[in-house]
Amino acid sequence: MSGDSHASGGAPEADSRPAPGEQPGPDERTHPEGRRNLEGIRIDPVVEAEHESRRAVISALVEDEPGVLARVSGLVSRRQFNIESLTVGPTTVEGHSRITMVVEETDPGIDQIEKQMAKLKPVISVGEVAGDAVTSELVLLKVRGDDPAAVQAVTEMYDGRTVDAGPETITVELTGHKSAIDNAIGAFERFGIVEIARTGPTALARGNTPTAPGEKPGTAGEPTTHDS
Amino acid sequence: MSDTAAHTREDDPEGSEEPPEGVDDAAHATEADETPAAGPVSTGAESVVAALEAAGAETAFGVQGGAIMPVYDALYSSSIDHVTMAHEQGAAHAADAYGVVSGEPGLCLATSGPGATNLVTGIADADMDSDAMLALTGQVPTEFVGNDAFQETDTIGVTRPITKHNYFASGADTVGDTVGEAFELSRAGRPGPTLVDLPKDVTQDETDRTPGPASPPAGTDPDPNADADAVEAAARTIEAAERPLCLFGGGVIKAEASDAARTFARTYGIPVTTTMPGIGSFPEDDDLSLSWAGMHGTGYANMAITHTDCLIAVGTRFDDRLTGGIDTFAPEAEVVHVDIDPAEISKNVYADHALIGDAGRVLDQLTAAVREAPDAESWRERCAEWKETYPLTYSTPEDEPLKPQFVVEAFDEATDDDTIVTTGVGQHQMWASQFWTYTEPRTWVSSHGLGTMGYGVPAAVGARVAANNMGEPDRDVVCFDGDGSFLMTMQELSVAVREDLDITIAVLNNEYIGMVRQWQDAFYEGRHMASDYTWMPEFDKLAEAFGALGLRVDDYDEVAPAVEEALDYDGPAVIDFHVDPEENVLPMVPSGGANGKFATAEDQL
Repeated sequence: MSGDSHASGGAPEADSRPAPGEQPGPDERTHPEGRRNLEGIRIDPVVEAEHESRRAVISALVEDEPGVLARVSGLVSRRQFNIESLTVGPTTVEGHSRITMVVEETDPGIDQIEKQMAKLKPVISVGEVAGDAVTSELVLLKVRGDDPAAVQAVTEMYDGRTVDAGPETITVELTGHKSAIDNAIGAFERFGIVEIARTGPTALARGNTPTAPGEKPGTAGEPTTHDS
Repeated sequence: MSDTAAHTREDDPEGSEEPPEGVDDAAHATEADETPAAGPVSTGAESVVAALEAAGAETAFGVQGGAIMPVYDALYSSSIDHVTMAHEQGAAHAADAYGVVSGEPGLCLATSGPGATNLVTGIADADMDSDAMLALTGQVPTEFVGNDAFQETDTIGVTRPITKHNYFASGADTVGDTVGEAFELSRAGRPGPTLVDLPKDVTQDETDRTPGPASPPAGTDPDPNADADAVEAAARTIEAAERPLCLFGGGVIKAEASDAARTFARTYGIPVTTTMPGIGSFPEDDDLSLSWAGMHGTGYANMAITHTDCLIAVGTRFDDRLTGGIDTFAPEAEVVHVDIDPAEISKNVYADHALIGDAGRVLDQLTAAVREAPDAESWRERCAEWKETYPLTYSTPEDEPLKPQFVVEAFDEATDDDTIVTTGVGQHQMWASQFWTYTEPRTWVSSHGLGTMGYGVPAAVGARVAANNMGEPDRDVVCFDGDGSFLMTMQELSVAVREDLDITIAVLNNEYIGMVRQWQDAFYEGRHMASDYTWMPEFDKLAEAFGALGLRVDDYDEVAPAVEEALDYDGPAVIDFHVDPEENVLPMVPSGGANGKFATAEDQL
């Protein structure tokens, strides 16, 4: 582009090449037929693959340092990941915590969450917990105590436990899989639910499968080790 | 996806300093061998400075203030030079540009509260462009944190989303190690800014603990080599391609991979386009070069990227200003994506071949793995035809004012290839990238991802200091700025005068926020809301008031003499070029549009 010799004095000599306005416009060019979908994947016009969202449980082993939860939750919100719940708790190793996150995302979205989390410095290991993982959550339910016997019966039906009983309200504790808890809450609704506190699910992989990739759970006090 | 989801970090309970296998020949490891042990210290602040000296930091850019005073006091007797900037934003941009030019992390300092928040724009800018930089901020004493003390801001909270990682220093004994780690982390793997917040008690407290050898945290310095099988598969795709195209991004420059990139493209005769941050990775005067692609990229680059069947993308994150609408981006290309950050793979554009590793290493791997050049003669001819059909040109009618593109070309002609160009953001930035022929890496210094107006002048300060430190005081530093951008940070001119920095600032003055005016004309029926300056200072006189050389140019015949005078002037010079206020940046791909449908005239938008 340089190298044109513009003489000093007045406007320079006209460029012999076509000016922008003289160049072929968008409609005068050929354009390819192909397309990509919103995830940047080339679309096969015959078999158009669309990713559907699914529910995934992601477990991360993190260093228990100040701000680690803020780093993870900030990442989730600023990248608009669709998250259902997030729980944090200690592990067998002092200084390490486990974050369990339930997300509703497409496969590329889940992959992106894992990769972005892996970049956070305090995150030691992160991955999706295999589909047959043991998941459980806890709910505290405060219902009206007008019919204590009926409340007690429903509580027993759902393997719950009464943790507080007063003259006006009864508080029960239930644990289990999300769907079981949803059903239980439905059953308690007829008593009149006063308040609910629900933790969201936490999860462990079954058998010898590590919960976070590469994790080799140790006994308390011994460092957890990892394969890379 | 779960089967490939093993994103693990090697746990390192022993705190071993050994880098992961295969990384020990990285540039900074070599330097670590040469790094003298940090000297004896007596306070946390001295430990901070000792860690910086041991890391090889030569220059810091900053602004003094209450909570950072202990660190400044320790700098008093340090080998590290300090450039006092007019505003902390300038310090961050100067440090960022220093890093871009020198290849070493830039260093900036600010006090707590407003000092730290003023850094924020510059840190965010470095984050978006993956520039290695360390910011040190003062903080109120630990016991006051959380009490809304004087000049207290939650700097860690504010900068968390715009840093690679940030640290709250917890004690005088460890603060030096923390600073050393933060410095190394900023350049490990994919570079980015890091920050250490320094409560005043931590820097004031006594310690005799000398910082140990610094290394990035475990798991943050990845394997530079890509998986060998993936490289082989990619090589077969490249060999079979009929319309192969290289897309070199900023990662090529950061990885010092420009030579490897040139070797690869030339060995196999593959045309090259770059991203804007990738400008300089491949010489734009090479026959294979198609210059840069994207919203205001060349028509021929955008035609090539639209029609390629094999896109070899290296060190790019497929930003929306590059891709336009994803649905029409390189829609027929198998994508070979080389990147050091696994999270960039298939983030925006699906990678058919993911090569995770250092740009230079992987390009060498590819050069070795490809057995024969793709049969691309007719493709190269097509690219050449596009260059003929869609040249970057502009008209210079007698009855219209001076064209800004002419000014850029005049500077390019008057300077050597190693000249460093910095810019603000807007129309002038696009002309500076379009009408200057870049041939070398680390000569184009601009704000890409964040698009920070005002980047140009402080960046010129940082670039000048870097070139001087590198023993290249004769290299020219030219800042192209817009009138709007210049007004945002021109106070840093006082620094350039005080420090006697030889820089030339070319203000392409159209008395508009020009890019906004152009969009208003194209998309808002010409309603010039808040883009039209009804009054502008006389920048030549303003420059003189600062103590710089100030010139004003209105006509074509004044351009060359003014450029020569400013470049010859030993110190900062400002030329106020009054250019055609109605000139538009073309070609242009409208936001979200198809690259191949770039407009060559405003009425096509």
